[in-house]
Amino acid sequence: MDVKTKIRSFIVENFMYGDAESLHDLDSFRQKGIIDSTGILELIAFLEETFEIKIDDEEIIPENLDSTENIHAFISHKVAGSKSRKIKVSL
Amino acid sequence: MNNNIFAFNAEKKSETIAEWLRQSVFKTLKKRGAVVGVSGGIDSAVVAALCVKALGRERVSALALPEKESNPESLTLAEALAAQLGIPLQIEDITGGLVGMGAYKRRNSAVKSVFPQYDEERHTFKIILQSDPLHNDWLNVFRLVITDKNGEENSIRLPLQEYLQIVAASNMKQRLRMVMLYYHAEKKNYAVVGTGNKNEHQLGFFVKFGDGGADLKPVAHLYKTNIYQLAKHLSIPETIIQRPPTTDTYPAEVTQEEFFFRLSFELMDAIWRLAEVGRTAKAIAAELDLKVEQVQRVLRDIGQKKRTTDYLRLQPLEIDQQNHQNIEVNVLS
Repeated sequence: MDVKTKIRSFIVENFMYGDAESLHDLDSFRQKGIIDSTGILELIAFLEETFEIKIDDEEIIPENLDSTENIHAFISHKVAGSKSRKIKVSL
Repeated sequence: MNNNIFAFNAEKKSETIAEWLRQSVFKTLKKRGAVVGVSGGIDSAVVAALCVKALGRERVSALALPEKESNPESLTLAEALAAQLGIPLQIEDITGGLVGMGAYKRRNSAVKSVFPQYDEERHTFKIILQSDPLHNDWLNVFRLVITDKNGEENSIRLPLQEYLQIVAASNMKQRLRMVMLYYHAEKKNYAVVGTGNKNEHQLGFFVKFGDGGADLKPVAHLYKTNIYQLAKHLSIPETIIQRPPTTDTYPAEVTQEEFFFRLSFELMDAIWRLAEVGRTAKAIAAELDLKVEQVQRVLRDIGQKKRTTDYLRLQPLEIDQQNHQNIEVNVLS
């Protein structure tokens, strides 16, 4: 399963109760009332665990977490960053 | 700030509420009086004063429900209020009940799993919402702030499970208070009067079947700003009016603004009210000397809090809610 599919599946399963059709990649979770403050914590826990990353406080902003597309871009960037750090360490 | 948007006749308003209270308590609920939980805060002070105005002091009982982590000032202010209103104040310390239910233990074990050094004797803590709609677009997440005896502070973002456990255990305080209020109300055939204002009620800042559990809520339609206006008219003691609204729920003092609203009541109410009467974000920004983005962020925050707390305001859902009415019709026919 690719990164975007994993993210989408999590959102659909946990916040849309399986209603995949009404979720579009650019939908704002806040504007559509999909995720509340508890949901944000669930989302963060899922992302940290699934992609083995640490999300910093200042990264908890809509640009990173408020739509499937935003999360995908954010995670891709984070994962790439953590890989390059790991390479540096191993060098 | 333009105060005209909140201009109302406090005397007339308190008369209207008093009449509604009389009708609701005596006619609709068929109760003999009212029990009000008084916290030492302005909302419960105003509600108690309105009940006295409506029902007479001999039909109103005030109840203070402190526990070991309550600020002692809360009780002192509750006593001052009851004395001024001339109503009896009963004090029920709920610490024993909370210990019996494991409220402190369950909550503290979640705190310890986030901050292993936490020691009840050496630390206090509070929970705050990490957002600031006036200045940034952060998403709402809760943080645990622990302070030791030397004033050294540690702040940690709460992980999901620990956050839920801390809230669930802390909510036992409000729920046990509801139990005690109903005990005293039923004993006298009185109604329990809720004290939540519009900001709390509409944005979901209450515990379902806790402080939200009451027979009637006479100020749930009033902004905090209106509550201050009524307080002045009802001659609530100045010490109560001046006290910053607090949750009085966690070991460390935390204001409602810090914990949940993230904005002064004065500003939140003005933005909210202007939007309610149909002004655009641009017009509100011009009127309150703010940036349009600031107003938009605040309105988005209000909208989101309203939407995501709808379930708190719902009564238990039932299949075929009309069924009971049908039975009554059949009996009558």
